[in-house]
Amino acid sequence: MSLSRRDFLKYGATTGTAVVGGGIDLTPVEAAAASLRIKEAKAFPGVCPYCAVGCAQLIYVKDNKIVDIEGDPDAPHTEGALCPKGSSTYQLSLNERRISKCMYRAPGSDKWEEKPLDWMMEQIAQRVKKTRDETFVESVKVGDKPVTVNRCEGMAWLGSSVLDNEENYLIAKLSRGMGLVNLENSARLCHSATVPALGATFGRGAMTTNLIDVQYADVIMPTSNWAECHPVSYKWVMKAKERGAKIIHVDPRFTRTSATADYHVPIRSGTNIVFFGGLIRYAIESKKYFHDYVVTFTNATLLVDPNFKTPAVLDGLFSGYDAGKRSYDQSTWKFQLDADGYPKQDPTLRDPNCVFQHLRRHYARYTPEMVERVCGISKDLFLKVADVYCSASGPDKTGTISYALQLNQSTNGVQQIRSLCMLQLILGNVGRPGGGVVALRGHSNVQGATDFGTLYHMLPGYPAAPLQAPHPTLTDYLEKTTPKGGFWVNNPKFVVSLLKAWWGPAATKENDYAYDYLPKREKADAYSHQHFVIGMHQKKVKGFICMGQNPAVDSPNAKMSRQAVRNLEWLVVVDLFETDTAAIWKEPGIDPKSSPVEVFFIPAAPAAEKDGSLTNTMRLAQWHVKAVESPGDARSDAAFIVDLGNRLKELYKASKAKKDRPVLDLVWDYQPQGPKKEPTMELILKECNGYATDDVTDKDGKLQYKKGEPMKTFAHLRDDGLTACGNWLYGGIYPEEGKNLALRREKAKGGDYMAHGWGFVWPANRRILYNRASADAAGKPWSEKKKLIWWDAEQKKWVGNDVPDFPGTMAPNAPRQTEGPFKGIGGVDAFIMNPHGKGQLFASVLDGAFPEHYEPFESPTRNLLSKVDNNPVAKVYDIGDLNRLGTPDKYPYVLTTYRLTEHHAAGMSRHVPWLSELFFGHFAEIGTEMAKELGIQNGDMITVETPRAQIKVQALVTERIKPFIINGKKVYQVGIPWHWGYQGVMKSARGDITNDLVASLGDPTTFIQESKALLCNVRKAVA
Amino acid sequence: MARTLAMFTDVSLCIGCRACQVACKQWNQLAPEEPEWTGSYQNHAHFTDKTYRLVRFFEETDATGQMKQWHMMSDVCKHCAQAGCLEACPTGAIYRTEYGTVNINQDICNGCRYCVSACPFGVVAFNHDTGTATKCTFCNDRIHNGLGPACAKACPTESIRFGFRDELAGKAKQRVEELKKLGYKDAQLYGEDTNGALGGLNAFFLLLGKPSIYGLPDKPKLPQRNVIADSLLSIGSALLVGLGALVAFRSRDDKGGA
Repeated sequence: MSLSRRDFLKYGATTGTAVVGGGIDLTPVEAAAASLRIKEAKAFPGVCPYCAVGCAQLIYVKDNKIVDIEGDPDAPHTEGALCPKGSSTYQLSLNERRISKCMYRAPGSDKWEEKPLDWMMEQIAQRVKKTRDETFVESVKVGDKPVTVNRCEGMAWLGSSVLDNEENYLIAKLSRGMGLVNLENSARLCHSATVPALGATFGRGAMTTNLIDVQYADVIMPTSNWAECHPVSYKWVMKAKERGAKIIHVDPRFTRTSATADYHVPIRSGTNIVFFGGLIRYAIESKKYFHDYVVTFTNATLLVDPNFKTPAVLDGLFSGYDAGKRSYDQSTWKFQLDADGYPKQDPTLRDPNCVFQHLRRHYARYTPEMVERVCGISKDLFLKVADVYCSASGPDKTGTISYALQLNQSTNGVQQIRSLCMLQLILGNVGRPGGGVVALRGHSNVQGATDFGTLYHMLPGYPAAPLQAPHPTLTDYLEKTTPKGGFWVNNPKFVVSLLKAWWGPAATKENDYAYDYLPKREKADAYSHQHFVIGMHQKKVKGFICMGQNPAVDSPNAKMSRQAVRNLEWLVVVDLFETDTAAIWKEPGIDPKSSPVEVFFIPAAPAAEKDGSLTNTMRLAQWHVKAVESPGDARSDAAFIVDLGNRLKELYKASKAKKDRPVLDLVWDYQPQGPKKEPTMELILKECNGYATDDVTDKDGKLQYKKGEPMKTFAHLRDDGLTACGNWLYGGIYPEEGKNLALRREKAKGGDYMAHGWGFVWPANRRILYNRASADAAGKPWSEKKKLIWWDAEQKKWVGNDVPDFPGTMAPNAPRQTEGPFKGIGGVDAFIMNPHGKGQLFASVLDGAFPEHYEPFESPTRNLLSKVDNNPVAKVYDIGDLNRLGTPDKYPYVLTTYRLTEHHAAGMSRHVPWLSELFFGHFAEIGTEMAKELGIQNGDMITVETPRAQIKVQALVTERIKPFIINGKKVYQVGIPWHWGYQGVMKSARGDITNDLVASLGDPTTFIQESKALLCNVRKAVA
Repeated sequence: MARTLAMFTDVSLCIGCRACQVACKQWNQLAPEEPEWTGSYQNHAHFTDKTYRLVRFFEETDATGQMKQWHMMSDVCKHCAQAGCLEACPTGAIYRTEYGTVNINQDICNGCRYCVSACPFGVVAFNHDTGTATKCTFCNDRIHNGLGPACAKACPTESIRFGFRDELAGKAKQRVEELKKLGYKDAQLYGEDTNGALGGLNAFFLLLGKPSIYGLPDKPKLPQRNVIADSLLSIGSALLVGLGALVAFRSRDDKGGA
């Protein structure tokens, strides 16, 4: 009998008692030792609540108590493995620090008081109502026209990328119903640049591929610390490596990922565009790009307006820059159109105005020598890895690139990410097995929280949150936000169905489906996380609901952010533990009397104690089942939100005011059950999926759906009010009553290596996006080795190993559609969401049509590429002395911040003893050479200082951190993980707050902060 | 006796994530300990009565002091074929199971700690709360119920593999050859050879360099067999064993224990 590791695991999961090796003859002593505590336990399907790998778990319960949590061996993406965080989730439920009672802190008080849940909820509802009523703006004048804006700016709600999809949906629905515009989740601070970067290039703001598929890559280039931050998914990288794939790790620090790599490429933080621009140049100049793919699937052939100019011509600026407004007039950033309104093309790629030629000229300046001077790696190393990576191109080979926050958290984060997406496009690495862009999300539900719109700028499913000036009416809104081609032409169906899901019978054709109820933003430059925290500091934002996030530690410029929270009138924290934010008035060195904030702490439930779905980094939604009852008053976040909504409706019941209709008309019947009023989660899932609001007939008059029946697919959504849908992307996740596809756990079978029977992947269970590009123009696989889907001429449909991300019966030679749901798309247009169906090398992003390098705002050097040092349209928050920037004469060291395997976002891991014991405490990593120069020994306490703050940490002196040679000058770097704060289970879990060092700066598109590339000073601390 | 079960830890696949360390704590319900400064990511410094799995971190520099490799290695009880702990145990508390693993019967252990000093790898630790010696059992309860040990199950990269020793040994040898072809010329197995030191280790390793890089003795020996000159000490020890056992039994009786 051959016994593989999987067999061992399988036995455990299915029988728990199967024997190995046969013939066991236990002595009595051994028999006693061998009683297994999970033997008679019931196993519930769980999902790890930490990172976005979404490891499937089995939660073993005996006598209503969790006795064990381990990986589900059937899970195709994780195969039963868990990382240290996943392995310790037991202590999220069973933990002495877990709070099970509601706690109240009166203004100025120095203690918590235990209060009944009902009292707390009533008080919170009253505070919310009071602040809403005091700060509500019903209507404004735009020019001389009144516009209904229904906006409440006086409070903020932080949803969470560790809450379930259904909970984020409820937050989006209730908060928008109340008129909130200050609505965010932690995705803003970690991956917000991802969405416009991937969106502008490929059409959707999500990872293009599937973790399991990474094993088929020929070269893998992590630009994130993949092994440390997403350890379980790293198994696929190691499997690829075992098959002979090369690994190139691009990271300023030598990390646990570098330790597995064939090449470590330590580029300076903030210089990714130079590195990727250099690779794009190399691929073009050495003709290593995938010519046929580029011509077929990208907009390289399209002709740009002759007046468009790039920074290669204008010394660092694109055409149309307005220095006064710090923004671009993009009127020249457009295509030359033919008589049909479609861009003119040159399939030979020779026209000087075609995108390809612009791209070539733009990156001609990004020479290997320039890479060496700016990034601080040798030209030889660059050329070596350029050669290795660009070999992953053409019909037979593919390469995968991962990225995470090194690229996101920057004043040009969107463009940094776009630069690697463009490299993947020209190498033909998107939509193909072993190819793609792996956007590694840090929280269990960053993808889902983003999809469900707990973000200030969008609604669930990605329609824009309306703005008062351009979008006063539904007609204006739909006209301006719906493109003329690509699948987004269906936007009106999604928007109207969303309005029906929210306001039901009150949303009628006559009142534009209650479009007026939606809050309208005053302007684009407002309401993001950093904006509203500053609003709190300035006492303009008075109330704050904070769920599953810990801004006291994770906000940029965190010291200012904590004062901002202390300046509030009221704060509601819903969490498992007493987070640093909940204990904001207890911060060491702060007099509790000085803070007027009234704090309500509501105990929450971890994933193991509630039903709901989490969408992992590869768009895989997995349902977890409530395994046990939460202790005391602790309950799901969904219960809190539904309860609050019901109480607000009650408080407004007698109101005749127009402004209160959005609250009163909100469809809010989730059938709360039991003593803790837990809503029925599948009802919420069904609403997100979509359902018929009345009997629906198809175009032949045949009954398609009965009233109330769930939609089978988003393709059946309508713009006439007959369908309601909370999030069109999740259409099909609940296709029939009682059928929850997120709960499916069918393991991989046969050739279906991506296991289509495991959970539900949006959209429509497609595992690799843009997979039409896995076949050539004629619909044949590029090669046998890299086949995924292909056109079957006999069956007249696309077939293969994935659900086609393409109209299933549209032939490869089909002409461009002139109407219908795929308007603008023809048989070779693999990027169906984009207006022209092409992967967009050229795309209008606020700070440029191509990524251009600018230095971080704190940098050891001027910009060596142009006279424009910093992103000319980036956001610099004007808060005076609270946001001073450092210069290299006073702050000579490059500082980068990051995360470790063993800890997570600040609210959970430091309360978990098994994780907190793995590191001795807060530390900074510095190189041996720098330490020697400063007289610092390994283990010494040091002070790290920026103009915003200084922190004291222990020095970890290591050969792994090396200086850079930037433009011929040696520059030292300092690395600091950011997990620590003043709350924590043991001494090693408590420490100074790294984000105090970070400035208030933002990418112009998403306002994500710049926390990867800063300047600092370092000195030995005085004891 | 049933076929010998073993653990094969391939450091070339280890990413140092410490899933094994925590999975072990969770399954065996081991208490946390306040960590200490070790000068690296490693914690704790040694195996303890609450830490049976320990990921060690070693930075290897070349002749010029430049970073060569960051080694990570998940260490564990070797369940040696010639187990120093077992041989030193005066009470018979330490026994070998039919799968070849070495366990300490907590009901019989008298807390004399001879096993602690007899282990060439510093694995066995003394638990002051229970007054007994403890260590990894390969998750005895799990393997007797058809499950692999918790550490091997959690391992994200299958750096830790569990199964029948003969099969694993075959795979391990193959893997060494593969790695050599890929340029890892110092790749070698540690403890796989049943004719080698201590009769072979039932937790054996694939290392990418000499054992000392990983803090392992190049040629592990049982302390009690070191040199003849030690034999006098051994006789003394034997006397002490008896005495220790008496004392320990007495003190346990005092506590009303076994």
